[in-house]
Amino acid sequence: MSTIIKTENLHFTYEGDELETLHGVDLEIEEGSFVAILGHNGSGKSTLSKLFNGILLPTEGRVLVDGVDTTHEDKLLEVRRTVGLVFQNPDNQIVANVVEDDVAFAPENLGVEPAEIRRRVDSALKTVGMYEYRMHAPHLLSGGQKQRVAIAGVLAMQPRCIVLDEPTAMLDPIGRREVVSTVTRLCREEGITVVLITHHMSECVGADRLIVMSEGRVVADGTPRSVFSQVELLRSEGLDVPATTEFIYELDGEGWDLPLEALTVDECADAIMAALG
Amino acid sequence: MLKDITLGQYFPGDTIVHRLDPRTKILVVIIFIVALFLAVDWISYAVMFLITAMCIKLSSIRLKSLMKGLKPLVFIILLTGILNLFYTKEGTVLLDWWIFTVTTGGIKRAFLMVVRIMLLVCGTLLLTYTTSPLALTDGLEMLLNPLKKIKVPVHEMSMMMSMALRFIPTLIEETDKIMSAQKARGADFSTGKLTERAKALLPLLVPLFVSSFRRADELAVAMESRCYHGGEGRTRMKTLKMAPRDWLCFLFWALVLGGMIAMNVYGI
Repeated sequence: MSTIIKTENLHFTYEGDELETLHGVDLEIEEGSFVAILGHNGSGKSTLSKLFNGILLPTEGRVLVDGVDTTHEDKLLEVRRTVGLVFQNPDNQIVANVVEDDVAFAPENLGVEPAEIRRRVDSALKTVGMYEYRMHAPHLLSGGQKQRVAIAGVLAMQPRCIVLDEPTAMLDPIGRREVVSTVTRLCREEGITVVLITHHMSECVGADRLIVMSEGRVVADGTPRSVFSQVELLRSEGLDVPATTEFIYELDGEGWDLPLEALTVDECADAIMAALG
Repeated sequence: MLKDITLGQYFPGDTIVHRLDPRTKILVVIIFIVALFLAVDWISYAVMFLITAMCIKLSSIRLKSLMKGLKPLVFIILLTGILNLFYTKEGTVLLDWWIFTVTTGGIKRAFLMVVRIMLLVCGTLLLTYTTSPLALTDGLEMLLNPLKKIKVPVHEMSMMMSMALRFIPTLIEETDKIMSAQKARGADFSTGKLTERAKALLPLLVPLFVSSFRRADELAVAMESRCYHGGEGRTRMKTLKMAPRDWLCFLFWALVLGGMIAMNVYGI
C-alpha cells in the first residue's frame, strides 16, 4: 500500500514561543488505513493535524502529502483537497445557514461545475446519513448531527484522507458514537484514510494502528492491542487504558498469567475462563 | 428577550414572491421606494397602498408578522405624524390654541406621511421576509459585481455579511448561556437604574467578545482547510437565473413608476 502522509524529522515551534511543540516526529500513514492518535492536552496532536494539510508549516523537517511537500505554495490547494480536516467545535466550522449550502462550500471554492457540486453534496450528505436534513438550519441540529455535516463538508472535496481533530470532544455519548461509526464506515467502505485524533480510549479500539503522543514525541506506535498492553507506559503518560486491560493487568499483578492483548469484554472473559481451566 | 430579534428574519415559503430572483426583489424594492416618494395625493397613495396589499397577499406573509416588524418604529411614525399635523399651515384652520394650529392641510399631510412610512417599512420587510439571507447576499453580490472593476471588495463584503448572518443564532445562544451562568451567580440584568443595568452588561459582553475572536480564528482555519482562497475562480451550486416572471415583474413596476412620474409631472 502507498503512503498518503509522511512526516520526516518534523519539528514545530509556534511563533513567539520559546519551547518547541513537536520535537522530531517521523510518521508514515498508509492509504486506506484507520489510524488513531492518542495523547492528552499539550501533547502536540492538534498541532500535528494542522501540519498535515499545510495550515501550519514545519519549522524543521517536512511533511509530504501524496509525495507533495506542504511548503509548496502552488500545490497548497491540491494538498488541502487531498487531506480534509474536521475540527473539534462543529459550530465554528459551519459557514452557511443551510446544511446543503455548507456542504457545497468546499467544491464551490475549488471551482467545480454547479451540476457536479449538486451531485457531490447529495452523495456526501447521504454517506453521513444527513440527506433528510439538507434544508435545515445548522444551529437547530444536535452536536453529533452538526459534526456529521462538517464531515460531509469535507467529503464533498473528495479527499483521500480525512484528519479529525478531537471531533467528539464537545459531544454527548450518542453524538460521539454517531461520529465514530460514521468515520469507521468511511474508512472501511469508501476506502478513505482516516486519522482520528482523540483522548478517548474507547474510540481507538477499532483502529488499525494507534499512535500515542506525549510532549511532542511519538511514544508508542502499533496495533491498539499491542499499545494498550503497555500499561505502565500509558499510565506514566497520564492516559487510561481500557477497563478490560486494566482488570487483567491487576490480576497479573496478583500472580495470574493472562494475556494483556484481550481487549473486548468477551476476549477478557475467555482469557479468564481459560486460565481457570 | 433575545428570541425576539427579527433582524434578517426569513419566513420560508413557495409563493411567487418567494420564487422571484433576489436581484429582482432588491431592484423592485428600490423602484418601490422611489415610486412611494413620488406619490403626492390621495389617488397615487391609494394605488401604492393597493399594490403593496396585493404583494403582501401574494406572499402569504401574515399581517401579524408585518405588525411585529412595524412595532419598533411606532415612535418614529407617531412623531412624524404629529410634526406634520402641527407644522403644516394649509387650508382652513380647524383649531387654534396657544402654539398649536391644526389645519385641514395638516391632517391630510400627517395621514399621508404616516401611510408612506408604513408602506415603506412593509415593502422592505417583505423583501427580507421572503428572501433567505443567503439568497439576499448572493443577489447583492451579483448586483454590485460591476464595482469590482473599481476595486471594491464585493465578494469579501458579501462573504462577511453571510457569515455575520450565520453566526447571529450561535451568538444569541451563547449570550443566553453566559447570562444564565451570571444569573446563577447572582448577577442582575433586569432591575436598577439604566447605568446600573449597563454596568451589569459588562461581565456579559467581555466573555462574549473574547469567544467571538476565538470563533473567528477557528472559522478562518476551517475555511482555509476547505480550500477557501477568496472569490477568484469560485463557482456556486445554486446559480441565480432570471425567469420570465422576473421580467414580468420588472415590466409591471416600470409601468407603476412611469405612472407615478406622469402623475407628478401633469399633476393629475
